[in-house]
Amino acid sequence: MSRFLTIVFTALTAALIAAGSIHSGASAPASTPEGAVQAMFGHAKAHDWSGAYSYVAGASNVDKSTFEHDLQGRNGSLRTYSQLESIATRVLHENDQEALVRAELKYSTAVGAFYDTRDLQVVKDDGAWKVIWHGEKEVNVPPQVIPVNYLRWDIIYRGSQDDWGAQNVENPRVRILSMNPTEHDGGIIIMGEIENEDTVPAFVSVGATLVNKAGQDVAQEASFDKTSHVLLPKEISPYRIDFPKMRLANLKAVRMKPDSMLVAASADPVIAVLHQRVEKDAKGRTVLRGDLLNESGQTVNIPHVLATFYDDSGKVIWVSDGYVDHALLPQTPQPFAVDLRDDLAAKVHSYRVTVNQYSLHRE
Amino acid sequence: MIGSSGDRVIGKPAHCRHCATLAWVIVISCLFSVRANAADLRVPESATAGQAMVVGTGGEGEGNLYLVGPGQVIQRKVRLGTDVQIKGEELRTAGRWIAILREGGRSSSQAFWVNPGPPENLNFLARPSRVPVARPGVISGLTFLFDRYQNLVLQPTAVKFSLSVDGSGISQTVTSRDGVAWISSSSARHAGAAQFVASVNDVSVRRVVQQVASDPCNLHMRVVQRDGAGVIVETDPVRDCSGNPVPDGTIVTFIQTDSNGKSTVDARVKKGIARAQLPGAANATITVASGVVLGNELRVGK
Repeated sequence: MSRFLTIVFTALTAALIAAGSIHSGASAPASTPEGAVQAMFGHAKAHDWSGAYSYVAGASNVDKSTFEHDLQGRNGSLRTYSQLESIATRVLHENDQEALVRAELKYSTAVGAFYDTRDLQVVKDDGAWKVIWHGEKEVNVPPQVIPVNYLRWDIIYRGSQDDWGAQNVENPRVRILSMNPTEHDGGIIIMGEIENEDTVPAFVSVGATLVNKAGQDVAQEASFDKTSHVLLPKEISPYRIDFPKMRLANLKAVRMKPDSMLVAASADPVIAVLHQRVEKDAKGRTVLRGDLLNESGQTVNIPHVLATFYDDSGKVIWVSDGYVDHALLPQTPQPFAVDLRDDLAAKVHSYRVTVNQYSLHRE
Repeated sequence: MIGSSGDRVIGKPAHCRHCATLAWVIVISCLFSVRANAADLRVPESATAGQAMVVGTGGEGEGNLYLVGPGQVIQRKVRLGTDVQIKGEELRTAGRWIAILREGGRSSSQAFWVNPGPPENLNFLARPSRVPVARPGVISGLTFLFDRYQNLVLQPTAVKFSLSVDGSGISQTVTSRDGVAWISSSSARHAGAAQFVASVNDVSVRRVVQQVASDPCNLHMRVVQRDGAGVIVETDPVRDCSGNPVPDGTIVTFIQTDSNGKSTVDARVKKGIARAQLPGAANATITVASGVVLGNELRVGK
């Protein structure tokens, strides 16, 4: 009996493996350019990289590994932690032999949805439509020594044997430099800037409480990822707190509460933000673009860009943020773009960009 | 205590003859009562916590002596007519005590006071733990004086406070009142870990008040290298207005504005200076700031 079962299960396993390989290897040829793009990303969504690669035209001159890494991410970037959720395609231009298809991809990530828009060239290859895929060139940083002087702060806290008069080291002094409540999309947005005035690093958070006309607290919220939480001495970060479905007209006051905590922190890496400029993207939206340059010697896996926009009186009128889905390799520029509300673009007089970073193997 | 309650009765309605008579009767009864007790039990007028004391008894036979103090009770079987030795380590709490001697169905009692011993423990609260230099009256030191058994020492006692950075600083002696002595002081002009010491006789407690540099002052940068790859700018040593170097790790922001847009580098002060590499540009303006303090401006052209 047991021998019979062994044979049955072995045969079943072999059949399933064969079925799987047949499925991944055989993809129906695309009869339209849009169909080719849809099919390619459809297979990628199912992590069937071989199936997706079968829709890539030979003229692309890209190997399967590069193609897979382009879609799946590399170097521990945000893309490696994301899942392709939906694909919307639109033909921008088409003739008998080639077409241009815009693909709007939506990825789901731990930090929210991530959108990627690509204009893909599609060509007829042996009677079937296939996608020209321009593989991302993997940057090789030349061998070099990048000197890093480690700065770190050690903290001696009060011990259990200390008498009650022994004070603990105090929390860093932080100060809210500005606060601007505004209404947008049927909600209240409170934004401004906070500074670590102290000489030690601080973990900061900004809380806001809305008080109605009767003097009662009606809502309480804190800045979550619309701020830099770890601030080095004299570092200034924007903050933004969103209260959906609230109106300023119903409020009497807003109570702000900055909190700070002394934390051990590293002063590295330094990320330069180069060539910042406000311009229109392919869809005609106003964006702030630039390049991030990791000046340290270690990879920054997930960069997070925070942009503060000021009017001509220096008031903070908008705070925007965005994650970059590519890791920052040492000494290698990486482009970024964050949204700016179109209705505010004309009022923006200046802006400031700061960068948070999350790294896997940094001490 | 009995006497004092009698005083309160006497002091009430002076024009009431019946009341005055009644009060005198109570006082005389109390005095007799005290004399009768005094014959059985003798306690010192005052004792000191942590020091031995003797309780005398009168009469014959055996009895039980109870000493009831704040949060503490001592019980002894005693032979009446002998003195009872109470060890110093037994008499730990200061305050009002009552000695009760029970013999058969009779009991007698007397109250006495135990004073705190000499200061042997200091609780020293120094605030803040970190303070910018050259600020008037920002440092406070508050000391509570306790004896060996954590009784607050109420006797006026001289407490010496000293606040020094690298051996130089101030010293001040303050006499405690009701067990507490305090001072306030300005922060020094020089940054460093100030040793804040409170001492009484040979007992001292040390706290550290970190006196740190204030905001940067006269922030100034210059171009140190310029080539096709870009411009390297660096600040002069970044100091506050008292000349103290700001701590390493302080953020200094370099901003370059040119035809390609704006480039910023949040550089960290390392070894006293901040340094940044900015992209090359034909005509650029570079500014520098740290926190809310602005520095000089450079114009870089080809």
